[in-house]
Amino acid sequence: MTIKLPRIPRAVTVALISVFLGLLAGAVFMLVTGSNPFAGYTYLFRGGLMNIERFGNTFATATPLILTGLSVAFAFKTGLFNIGASGQLLMGGLCATAVGLTVVLPKPLLLVLMLLAAIAGGALWGLVPGILKALFNVHEVVATIMMNWLAYWTVYYTIPAYFKGEFLETESRKIPDIASLRVPGLTEMFDGSYINLGVFIGILTVLLIWVILEKTVLGYELKAAGFNRFAAEYGGMKVNRNIVLSMTIAGALAGVGGLTLYCGYAVNIQIGILPTQGFDGIAVSLLGANSPIGVLFSALFFGLLHSGKGFMNAMTEIPPQIGDTIIATIIYFSATSVLIERYLDKIKTFMGNRAFKKANAAEQEVR
Amino acid sequence: METPIIEMKGIRKEFPGIVANDDITITLAKGEVLALLGENGAGKSTLMSILFGLYTPDRGSIAVKGKEVKIENPTHANRLGIGMVHQHFKLVHNFTITENIVLGMEPKKGLGMDLASASKRIKELSEHYGLNVDPDAKIEDVSVGMQQRVEILKMLYRDAEVLIFDEPTAVLTPQEITDLMGIMRNLIAEGKSIILITHKLKEIKAIADRCTVIRRGRFIGTVDVSETSTEKMAEMMVGREVSFSVEKGDIQQGSKVLEINNLSVMNKRGVLGVKDFSLDVHGGEILGLAGVDGNGQTELVEALTGLTKVEEGTIFLNGQDITSSSIRARIQQGMAHIPEDRQKRGLVLDYSVEDNLILENYADPRFNTYGFLRRDAIRENSEAIIENFDVRAGQGGATPARSLSGGNQQKAIVGREISHDPELLIAVQPTRGLDVGSIEYIHKRLVEQRDSGKAVLLVSLELDEIMDLSDRIAVISHGELVGLVNADEIDENEAGLMMAGVAKGSAS
Repeated sequence: MTIKLPRIPRAVTVALISVFLGLLAGAVFMLVTGSNPFAGYTYLFRGGLMNIERFGNTFATATPLILTGLSVAFAFKTGLFNIGASGQLLMGGLCATAVGLTVVLPKPLLLVLMLLAAIAGGALWGLVPGILKALFNVHEVVATIMMNWLAYWTVYYTIPAYFKGEFLETESRKIPDIASLRVPGLTEMFDGSYINLGVFIGILTVLLIWVILEKTVLGYELKAAGFNRFAAEYGGMKVNRNIVLSMTIAGALAGVGGLTLYCGYAVNIQIGILPTQGFDGIAVSLLGANSPIGVLFSALFFGLLHSGKGFMNAMTEIPPQIGDTIIATIIYFSATSVLIERYLDKIKTFMGNRAFKKANAAEQEVR
Repeated sequence: METPIIEMKGIRKEFPGIVANDDITITLAKGEVLALLGENGAGKSTLMSILFGLYTPDRGSIAVKGKEVKIENPTHANRLGIGMVHQHFKLVHNFTITENIVLGMEPKKGLGMDLASASKRIKELSEHYGLNVDPDAKIEDVSVGMQQRVEILKMLYRDAEVLIFDEPTAVLTPQEITDLMGIMRNLIAEGKSIILITHKLKEIKAIADRCTVIRRGRFIGTVDVSETSTEKMAEMMVGREVSFSVEKGDIQQGSKVLEINNLSVMNKRGVLGVKDFSLDVHGGEILGLAGVDGNGQTELVEALTGLTKVEEGTIFLNGQDITSSSIRARIQQGMAHIPEDRQKRGLVLDYSVEDNLILENYADPRFNTYGFLRRDAIRENSEAIIENFDVRAGQGGATPARSLSGGNQQKAIVGREISHDPELLIAVQPTRGLDVGSIEYIHKRLVEQRDSGKAVLLVSLELDEIMDLSDRIAVISHGELVGLVNADEIDENEAGLMMAGVAKGSAS
């Protein structure tokens, strides 16, 4: 007799276990701080899902995470570690905001132009580390971290100098409605939520990246370079060109995330902040096992936690930091997914052995 | 009969889609050499990994000195007196031999390490077994053969009584193989027992007492080596009669396909690995390049295939200068390359077999339309190669390349390269670590290439292979061409001398 586990992909099982363990650890934290974890989680999830407006907000919060998660996952498939999603996001957001505040066009055209600007800004911030890696073998982790600070200070200078807000020096002017991804129909449908066209951009991008990675020659080349650079070279692929291309695409993805964050979820851009969505993208990608579809679901989950934690905070004594702690714990567990996989293997062999011993014993009894 | 030191009974181990071991039983008596013979993928390594605690068997029992045990992990195996000398050494390169040997069980003296006494004990062990190891040398400075002895010493240092050798001769030169055989005899004389995993019948004949044969995961039988002929053992292993000699037609030498003129190439250390090297390869011939490992073969091949840039000199393929052409351009002009290291260069192990079989020509219109991969064509391509080249893959083209046995990985590569119908096939160590059946098969395909008028440049460290297959033999030593002769004008001894750098007259 053999034990047949249901046919769920390994990555999904591992992700679900990570989530479960993270939530479990969060419950322990809540208990330790003297709160009721059931109440806490009820409010956390109600905060994200209780009505159509909050539902919309969850989607809106998840949108930039979908894109930064994709950015990290895409680079990762090519064997590159993109820590620079924050900077790319910021640059994408800055370029889109700049266009939104200066160009006068009908809304559809303006939005397309802003999208292109966001792509260009993010792509440039990915291109530079890509070139450094390809030509001088500068490690992309170092280069992208540096680029994050370049983006930070670029925004720090540009916003007060050219797009200063009416009351505050530390943020840009509000973008006009015509330059916002929010559209009245959608906002009304979700009872005044932040939800915006970014959600559709995010989901379409997930599909696009999935198609590129799984169905195209480009994806075949990029993944080959990621799995085994030497074999890719042997096969006649231009590995250096692919590194540059991959980083550029990853940057563009995070840049689009910036568009959805600053011209959809928010209405202006602040200086002096390196957006956490970029770093969360690493977590989203890890939990989603670096696959586009996985990224979509894990971004939605993270979006849920982020948008629910405020409500949990308002309704209970639980500090909002617990929400972040849970997220951190889940990241921890998904980063150590190897351990989880090893335990799954152990359980499987154990069950197999036990089944075999049982069968053996039964056989002997018959004799 | 004395209690055997190791007894594995009814072992079964299943992996997804394949039964690696099915009801296998082996016994090892004290003081004997038991050979474990089987083709690649037959399940030898799996069986030994079970004995060494790397896998748990699904079924069956293991007894050490008559006591049933459950071996949890390699450390546990060590404690039971079982040691394994892996095919790929597990050594820290910038550590000394002593440091490598004590790794994981460092002798302490106060807060520091007592390396001096360890070094002394290693020296004693080394002298006792005739290993001739200098405990203070660094691993990166010693030869491959010496590194293997360090692995052996590691086991002896841990008081291993049973030593498992996994394909120990695959990486050794002929002289080192002779030395290893001597070492094994010393070990036996001192009361150790040895399990030798191999598919080389010559070695079994030379050293083993008994031989257990496994075929496709099944136990075929255990025979007394002195009473069994090599042919019989080969037949047990492969399941049919095997011919050892290679049949070739007469030479039909064609036009010049590859022309190498005064080529110089830098090696990784920044000195010339290939110096002023000139050689022609014609259609319809197999030109064998013989030489001791590390004498410039790798650099030469990388320069020919475009993986390294040329320092000086020119390369022509079918009359066209390809000295600075891209790798892709060379492939398209009819060059195919069976790489030396199949896992590093030849395959993307995380890709499926079918994806690996288009590694060089995925950009062909055959396999994509407007940049989208044509899965049906890719599947067909892989099915044809799998069928034609006898690649055994559990789930056909969808099998991950990583899960293929070494021999099947190699057959997949050979199949891929030959299916490009190349003008020039550069085959580097094409049968490294393979079993008789696969070797016979790959040799046959190389000869077919030659017979159909194509050029084959065979680079191999195994002199037997060069002697069997080549029409002409070139010998490389210290990056220079030291001899070029017709194969029928030279015997193994003369070739050996040339490999050591003693030149002989040249032939056209």
